[in-house]
Amino acid sequence: MLENRMKHLALLKNRFHIIASPQQFIVALAGNPNVGKSTIFNELTGLRQHTGNWPGKTVDNAQGTFHYFEQEFLLVDLPGTYSIMAHSVEEEIARDFICDAQPDATLIVIDASCLERNLNLALQIMNITSKVVVCVNLLDEAKRKGIEVDLKRLSKELGVPVVGTTARTGEGLDKLKETLFEVANNELLIIPRKVKLDQPPYDDLAKDEDKIVAALYQQAEQVSEHVVRKTETLKKSLEHRLDDLLTSRWFGYPTMLLLLCGIFWLTIVGANLPSEVLASTLFALQDRLTELFMKLGAPPWLHGLLVLGMYRSLAWVVAVMLPPMAIFFPLFTLLEDLGYLPRIAFNLDHAFKKCHSCGKQILTMCMGFGCNAAGVVACRIIDSPRERLIALITNSLVPCNGRFPTLIAISTIFIAGVFAPELSSVITAISITVIVLLGILLTFISAWVLSHTILKGEPSTNILELPPYRMPQFGAVIYRSIIDRTLFVLKRAVIMAAPAGAITWLLGYIIVGEYSLLQHLAELLQPLAYYLGLDGVILLAFILGLPANEIVIPIILMTYLSTGQITEVASLNELKDILLANGWTLLTAINTMLFCLLHWPCTTTLLSAYKETGSAKWTAVAFALPTMIGIILCSAIAFTARFLGLA
Amino acid sequence: MNTNAMPIPSLAQLNIGQTCHINTIELTGLLKRRILDLGLVPGTLVECVRRSPSGNPSAYHVRGTTIALRNEDADFIKVKL
Repeated sequence: MLENRMKHLALLKNRFHIIASPQQFIVALAGNPNVGKSTIFNELTGLRQHTGNWPGKTVDNAQGTFHYFEQEFLLVDLPGTYSIMAHSVEEEIARDFICDAQPDATLIVIDASCLERNLNLALQIMNITSKVVVCVNLLDEAKRKGIEVDLKRLSKELGVPVVGTTARTGEGLDKLKETLFEVANNELLIIPRKVKLDQPPYDDLAKDEDKIVAALYQQAEQVSEHVVRKTETLKKSLEHRLDDLLTSRWFGYPTMLLLLCGIFWLTIVGANLPSEVLASTLFALQDRLTELFMKLGAPPWLHGLLVLGMYRSLAWVVAVMLPPMAIFFPLFTLLEDLGYLPRIAFNLDHAFKKCHSCGKQILTMCMGFGCNAAGVVACRIIDSPRERLIALITNSLVPCNGRFPTLIAISTIFIAGVFAPELSSVITAISITVIVLLGILLTFISAWVLSHTILKGEPSTNILELPPYRMPQFGAVIYRSIIDRTLFVLKRAVIMAAPAGAITWLLGYIIVGEYSLLQHLAELLQPLAYYLGLDGVILLAFILGLPANEIVIPIILMTYLSTGQITEVASLNELKDILLANGWTLLTAINTMLFCLLHWPCTTTLLSAYKETGSAKWTAVAFALPTMIGIILCSAIAFTARFLGLA
Repeated sequence: MNTNAMPIPSLAQLNIGQTCHINTIELTGLLKRRILDLGLVPGTLVECVRRSPSGNPSAYHVRGTTIALRNEDADFIKVKL
């Protein structure tokens, strides 16, 4: 008995990279997408979870533990699928795990509002294993729609234990744990309803599968007929009316634009004060640190390297990035949880199809607003390899959070500040929206060009599910957006900023001949930079900023300041004075913003691109495409502006 | 045999608010598998609920869920009105 268990654990470890202890029960979590599977997972495991990849696959694998009295369970979250007939990598993973890993129980989460569709998957799983618990989730939502499910009858019809839950409130979860314990412990006699496939097997597997699916749905209909009671609500649901607005011919696109602009405006306005407070606090701390170094008699180079180099760029990154991210990410996660993103994909699918790419690309672009590396990883949702590559290569054409602070600072100073200072935040939000729209337009153009050159091909198909709108859980939104996104991105920026700050300071400190290395390098880049409408320092900052876009502005400042008198920048006004003193014009500002949008992706994004594609060639394309567009656009604008005598 | 017979109506021809039953699915490969998995099997009741602002794709109500299909694909799903 124990020997078998050890063999089983060894198989789990070797084949699925899942490390379980002999005392643990292993539970597989299966279900359709959008049925609240991850809510169940989070509610059961809390913070005792970690994510990785399925061995050899680019599909997320989340595991977590929970207890029922003394008994510990290891919960393995399978990819959300509509079937397990192995038509996709996700389905293959789900099927292989249930078949070969032989979990002690398989928990199938189904949506009470659309039982038939969900029963298709449940019946398939029940055909493989009898150690099953069916969890009918989203009971509250179903009730609002006038749908009631007779759980006892469902259990009788299916021949397996059924538990009703409303995961977001935690209702039914104790009963769920108890039932899982009973099933894993073989305390219940389970005889699952099998789908009888009495037709003779065909030679043609595809035809055979058609029959199987038809049979499965026939059973699902029968079961559902017996257990679902529906009271028709005559009134058009709120959801229906919301969709009428958000996907309407006249208001669909303007609403998207307004929401985008609104998010930027809230981010800019909301981040102002906290950024100032953080900056003054952190820079005051810099003075204390300097005093401390003086008192200890530290050599000037050490003080320079650690305080003026590392600490100062860290302080900048935290003060400038943290507040906007802490606003932007939660707002964005709210829209995501509400279910708005599939509507965006629905609205824009046609445009993507025209460019021979996939409508789901917009979802990967939305992730890119947060972090392009995350956007590149998100391209996994696109089935066609050709369309996935297009989405991956063009992802950095949408500006990530690391670039927003640069865009916001420059447009506040040079666009809002010059044209309408009293409407500063609104003008800035509009400028950022324009920049983002330009990025989206360039994405479409690039996708079209790629589809007609190196990635030739016809658009494949795109089936989208438009899940019901759901009131977001504010706690979960805050938690996920702050912990998973904000702190993750901030941590990365900090790790990159500290050494980059030190290197920049060193380059500025080492004098060769009359000038510092930094100035020599900037001088070297000056001719090319002039041609792009930038200056050598700006171009150098973008090059040194390869590890993280967040540190471009700090490097520009440090380089300018290494010759100047001012030693700290606490407000945008001072930033403006420094930039103007170093010869910035409107052309410099506009081209810096454009180059910020259109240049090489950061190292993390490139590494992710390499991991996802496994190809140096496509990673190089992902590097070259935005860079080339940036060079062409910036030099064209610089040339035109100079030709017309505007700069 | 009447060669002037009306072509069999497809899902793509459905007006908003109109319902029909699926007759045959003249697609192949992964797309067909997906469509079947989503519950669009012969005999299923389907209602066209909306179109995207550009008129394509269209969204259909199927077994309590809403699924969007490109009109080019929906054209291969023949229906009984």
